[in-house]
Amino acid sequence: MRHRKNFNHLGRKSGHRKAMLSNMASSLIMHKRIQTTTAKAKALRSFVEPLLTKSKDDSTHSRRIVFSKLQDKEAVTELFRDVSPKIIDRPGGYTRILKTGTRLGDNADMCVIELVDYNENLLAAQEEKGGKSKRRRRGSSKKKEDSPKAVAAPQTDLEKKTPAVEETKEITSEEAAPEAAKAEETVNTNEVIAEDTAVAEEAAEIKAEDKDVSEKNDDQSEETPEEEPKKE
Amino acid sequence: MAHPKRKTSKQRRNKRRTHYKATAPTVMNCQNCGATVQYHRVCPECGHYKGKLALEKEVSA
Repeated sequence: MRHRKNFNHLGRKSGHRKAMLSNMASSLIMHKRIQTTTAKAKALRSFVEPLLTKSKDDSTHSRRIVFSKLQDKEAVTELFRDVSPKIIDRPGGYTRILKTGTRLGDNADMCVIELVDYNENLLAAQEEKGGKSKRRRRGSSKKKEDSPKAVAAPQTDLEKKTPAVEETKEITSEEAAPEAAKAEETVNTNEVIAEDTAVAEEAAEIKAEDKDVSEKNDDQSEETPEEEPKKE
Repeated sequence: MAHPKRKTSKQRRNKRRTHYKATAPTVMNCQNCGATVQYHRVCPECGHYKGKLALEKEVSA
């Protein structure tokens, strides 16, 4: 039975497919970005990501396991020496697939698969926006521990807050002032709003944080929907 | 084994095929350069994706 044996065979016998994925993985590690069809890229992603995770532990054992998959010592060296320090902080999701349209000849769906930490343009754009956007909810308990420290500053001097807001959102500075007034009223009663001000001051993880906040205080979410479009 | 008694006439064949239709791809304008781009694709003109520079020109072509 074929039940749940569910992966893309890519029209090849097992040995052919493994050899191809091995070669593609080596190429990706050496060149950081390769152009291929979307189907192959997706197969490659599930092949190469476990190897990248293995590379975080630089031991002879893990090197041998990776070598058994790649069969290419240059690629293994490159992976453990240059790639692994770059991806060490990333909890999975090391590759990015960008679709680029179709190929002439057979109209195959083409894409570029790359290592996320080597795309300088998008990394720069990410930093400009201010850190990683938060996609996980589970880490929120950790954030609550951090937030009181951040809250302490805006509570002491609220006047300091408004210029900070104006700096971050130049266009919408007029609207920021009434918001601040609103925040002043409620800041002592509600810590969550104060956290929001802290967020505005930092202007760092704005978008993700705001979503969290809006989830937390459904009642006082008057501010948050106004802010979200501005920050984009 | 059962077999068709008659050859499918041109009319019958063509009528069947009236339901074979191509769907137009959904397109949008690139947030950077305004070129017409398919959704979930890197802009072939400028290499931007979701308004951010994703790939340099020569790579995305």
